[in-house]
Amino acid sequence: MDTLVLSKGKMLSTHPGVRAEATFQKTIFLSALAIIVLLVAIFLSLLIHSVPSLKAFGLSFFFSKTWDPVSATFGVLPFLVGTLLTSFLALLICLPFSLAISIFIGEYFKKGALSSFLKTVTELLAGIPSIIYGFWALFVLVPIVRNFQTKIGIFPYGVGILTASMILSVMIIPYAASIAREVISLVPSDVKEAAYSLGSTRQEVITKVVLPYARSGIVAGILLALGRALGETMAVTMVIGNSNRLPKGFFSPGNSMASVIANEFTEATASLHISSLIEIALLLFLVTMIINIIGKYIIKKISVEA
Amino acid sequence: MALHRLRLRIWKDRGFKAIVILFSFLSIVPLLLILFYIIKNGILSISWEFFVELPRPVGEKGGGISNAIVGSLLLVIIAGLPSIPLGIAAGIYLSENKKSRITYWSGLAVDVLQGTPSIVIGIIAYLWVVVPMGGFSAFAGGIALGIMMLPMIVKATEETLSLIPGSLKEASLALGVPYYRTILRVILPAGVSGIMTGVLISTARVAGETAPLLFTAFGNAFMNWNLTNPVHSLPLLIYNYATSPYPEWHRVAWGASCVLVVFVLTLNLVMRTVIRRWKVQF
Amino acid sequence: MESAILKTEDLRAYYEDNQVVKNINLSIPEFKITVIMGPSGCGKSTLVRCFNRMHEMVPGARIEGKVFLKEENVYDMEPITVRTRIGMVFQRPNPFPMMTIRDNVIAGYILNGIKLNRSKSDDIVEQSLKEAALWDEVKDYLHKKGTFLSGGQQQRLCIARALAVKPDVLLFDEPTSALDPKATSHIEGLMADLKNTVTIILVTHNIAQAGRVSDFIAFLYLGELVEFGPKGRLLTTPKDKRTEEFLTGKFG
Repeated sequence: MDTLVLSKGKMLSTHPGVRAEATFQKTIFLSALAIIVLLVAIFLSLLIHSVPSLKAFGLSFFFSKTWDPVSATFGVLPFLVGTLLTSFLALLICLPFSLAISIFIGEYFKKGALSSFLKTVTELLAGIPSIIYGFWALFVLVPIVRNFQTKIGIFPYGVGILTASMILSVMIIPYAASIAREVISLVPSDVKEAAYSLGSTRQEVITKVVLPYARSGIVAGILLALGRALGETMAVTMVIGNSNRLPKGFFSPGNSMASVIANEFTEATASLHISSLIEIALLLFLVTMIINIIGKYIIKKISVEA
Repeated sequence: MALHRLRLRIWKDRGFKAIVILFSFLSIVPLLLILFYIIKNGILSISWEFFVELPRPVGEKGGGISNAIVGSLLLVIIAGLPSIPLGIAAGIYLSENKKSRITYWSGLAVDVLQGTPSIVIGIIAYLWVVVPMGGFSAFAGGIALGIMMLPMIVKATEETLSLIPGSLKEASLALGVPYYRTILRVILPAGVSGIMTGVLISTARVAGETAPLLFTAFGNAFMNWNLTNPVHSLPLLIYNYATSPYPEWHRVAWGASCVLVVFVLTLNLVMRTVIRRWKVQF
Repeated sequence: MESAILKTEDLRAYYEDNQVVKNINLSIPEFKITVIMGPSGCGKSTLVRCFNRMHEMVPGARIEGKVFLKEENVYDMEPITVRTRIGMVFQRPNPFPMMTIRDNVIAGYILNGIKLNRSKSDDIVEQSLKEAALWDEVKDYLHKKGTFLSGGQQQRLCIARALAVKPDVLLFDEPTSALDPKATSHIEGLMADLKNTVTIILVTHNIAQAGRVSDFIAFLYLGELVEFGPKGRLLTTPKDKRTEEFLTGKFG
């Protein structure tokens, strides 16, 4: 062979394969670069198209609770509240279940049929499309909530913040569970043995040694589940009630930032309306970006220490 | 050391384990309920006609979801065509150049892209494709879905290739095989199972997406093979029919949900066998 | 003969179908240092883990026979009770990385939910650290996490932690094999002082260490108790040929 192959396979310029090599290197480099360019382009597009709305409302956009296409006044507060309420309530509801699954697979049943079964089920839960969750919630959860509301004497919307939080919590269980499970199973056994040798019960070792040790991983899992909840659209749109008024409580109908875009974007004709909706999209983009970066950063730190 | 409250601690230990097991299995309940309802309500609609006929207008019985199935297929193909090669190429760069600055920022971009809400991607595809083209189209929908598939394929490729031992590359290079051939003919084939998994996972994920299609592919009551026109998809059909007031359409939506869920779950199972059968052991 | 604080009766231990400890009858005298010595893999670690009921925590592990702590069968007691009366120090120091030095010492109380008032816990911390010969080195750093301590200091912290729950017996499972010679001699000197208040059982494969610290030696080979006796007699005139071969380095 008349090819001299150096460290990265850079060949002598006399070889005919040199062009193929250079093309290959350039292609993969540009591909990696393209992803960065894509992301920056997404951000810039959202920003540019938000400008009319930014210019018209400025900071008051975030504090105004009026969203009225007719009078062309737009404020995002009702949807901020709707998003925060549904996401945090969903997190709260899903936590005991996600933690239980992660302790089940990470501590009690590390191997065996039971643990594979639960792992498979958790993955399937994550794989079901959100429209299916929404559809099911609309026809099964909403009547249940409606019955409950009639029983306790409030207006039987059926839809609303609570219903949306309920279906959302089911959807984010697998996200928090899988990361928590990883860190819990990585807790070194000699720390656990030390606690056992001092006469601790299994529950005490889990709650006082394993969980504190795995604390940052669990936080990362929660953050990533939160990120997922914030951006979830279809299931929430179908059961949150589509109301642009500031929700008064958990039984009120409302809208999240994602659901108002889903509901109104195709019918919006006025450019200010469209721009305001895009500004909401920009806000969603930035918030989920920050949460994801923090979550991934924590996970990276943990894997380095491990 | 006096061992007080011993009985209490032992009961707490047993109770805790019971609660953990209980809550773990309670988490399965929603999955079972959903599958049960979908199959119970949807199975009646499933028939040969269901797959090959077009939807009927309101009030008429019968009809099918053929346009939605074809549309979904078209969209996934349009999405995969650019994103699979691009994703694999980027994944190769990221796994081969771990210390480069571009790798750092590209990896970050991949993570951010993966966590971006699908509705935002839909808006981007609207701004970039629908507006210039002057209307909704299958092409726009495909681009939206393609952007969503991209980060998953990059990650799957990068992680798979990083796990391949360096000795394989060394063996090939030591034989005088050029670097680019080593990657394409030796390393990539060794990582086929992991990359296939990434492609399958991302396909399953985007096949079920609705939000990015709301203002790109938009939906179409008729069969459409023209990529520059709006096209229907299974999730879009389910959304439209489920939120409509017509019980007949609800029935169709249950049937379509059945098809979609079976498709997604089958892909998941296929993925497992792919991993087991094609995995190269080192 | 000194009184025996720990007695085993036909003790057998298994991992699945593999028998690792074979019919051991042993009497451990109180307030002495008994060394369990033998080549790697002879079952000595498994043996002592049958004393504090840690062996049974391994999936597939099984025990038959009896172990008596002061006339009570350890296998008729609650395991967590047994472990507060028979403590353990491990081969690699394992202080709790999330706790301060102070909390590490009283971890046995904290983890078991036993609330101590401030002055009582201060007393226990000081006394345990003094018994472990660590007090002077860490008394100004009690509220820092112990990660800055050297290997030898960390091991003494683990000893203090085990002592704080005031066990009757303290098991040392090759406690100095991960430490340098200076730290090793520190801990060996410590054990000589400790035996006045707590019975010590030391597992080691290091004959020289056994010679330095022990009062009694039990020689274990392939899961069997080959010989047991006072140090002087066993090391100079062993009764069994296998003991003699081990001592002269025919196998390690």
